[in-house]
Amino acid sequence: MAASEKAVVLDEVRAQSKARAAREAQPYWNPYVAGLGLGLVLLAAFVVMGRGLGASGAFSSLVAATVQTVVPAHAASNSFYAEYLGDGTKSPLKDWLVFEVLGAIAGGFISGILAGRVKKGVEKGPRISVGGRFGFAFVGGIIMGFGAKLARGCTSGQALTGGALLGLGSWAFMLAVFGGAYALAYFIRRQWT
Amino acid sequence: MDMNAPFFKFGLFGDDVSLIVAFIIGIGFGFFLERAGFGSARKLCAQFYFTDLAVFKVMFTAIITAMVGLFWLSWAGLVDLSLVFVSPTYLIPQTVGGLILGAGFVIGGYCPGTSCVAAATGKLDGFVYLGGIIVGIFVFGEVFPLLSGFYESTAMGQVTIPQYFGIPYGLVVFLVVLMAIGGFAGGSWVEKKFAAKAKEAQS
Repeated sequence: MAASEKAVVLDEVRAQSKARAAREAQPYWNPYVAGLGLGLVLLAAFVVMGRGLGASGAFSSLVAATVQTVVPAHAASNSFYAEYLGDGTKSPLKDWLVFEVLGAIAGGFISGILAGRVKKGVEKGPRISVGGRFGFAFVGGIIMGFGAKLARGCTSGQALTGGALLGLGSWAFMLAVFGGAYALAYFIRRQWT
Repeated sequence: MDMNAPFFKFGLFGDDVSLIVAFIIGIGFGFFLERAGFGSARKLCAQFYFTDLAVFKVMFTAIITAMVGLFWLSWAGLVDLSLVFVSPTYLIPQTVGGLILGAGFVIGGYCPGTSCVAAATGKLDGFVYLGGIIVGIFVFGEVFPLLSGFYESTAMGQVTIPQYFGIPYGLVVFLVVLMAIGGFAGGSWVEKKFAAKAKEAQS
């Protein structure tokens, strides 16, 4: 392809993506419809795999694999990392939850593209700066990662999956999540409202 | 019809295929999270200010859908419920972990699954949050030797609510459905009250 032709094609692609961005984002689905879809995906996981959904476990595998690469002896001596590393016959990243989370990223992107919602931005209330929001996001992420490991799972693995399976610990966990969030909400309202 | 589900547990496919299944199930998971609006921290956190209870509505619709579906399939003899993995209960560490996680949710704006969807749809705070999760898990791993006693405490095995309280499974399923429907009605009422209040405060 000649250089000028290439430039024309590039211009066209740029114009198309601009038009897409300018197009109004579609409204979110009714929560009961989205919930039904999510429930059917969870049910499919039960029927096909005999297990539910998850998310934080994939990040544990990633952390354990990284620690193992950097300081192998340290990872081997720690029973938390060792649980995610397995017996060494396969990569710790060749894991069910790792692939499921990669799928979730793809699925989120597909849904966002189809609804005109893939757009660079920062989610925050009007009363906080972008830097402040990033600070809260980072600290909140750390707290979340720690809490999810102590609870042996997060909102997807414990609340959603364990909730549907009526697990005792999962229901205690779910009540605690709402309790913890509501107890703190007032103090950080400037971030969201 | 013979019972042969969960398919994976009956050896209908192997480990390698299970990873493809994981990816496909993940696509559905991410798709519906994004459709619900859960790639947006503002939408998620509105739950904690009572102005939009979509988190509760979506989560409990999903829970009752999967719970009732599994109950029927098991009752019809199509799924062996004993082969579906139930996470073992460690009551106190799970409750404390839940409180910490709830704090991380409202401070950071996401949970791990929803932050993936946020990042996938271009939310920069979603990327920052994912970085935080990785640090948090690393910190947990590093202090794990000090925490392992507490982590393993109040171990109760793979116990469910029907087993623990000695109530029939079907009755618990029914009660959870009733509770959810009550919650949906009450939630919509609360939402309207608080949304009107928030509007008033703005004007």
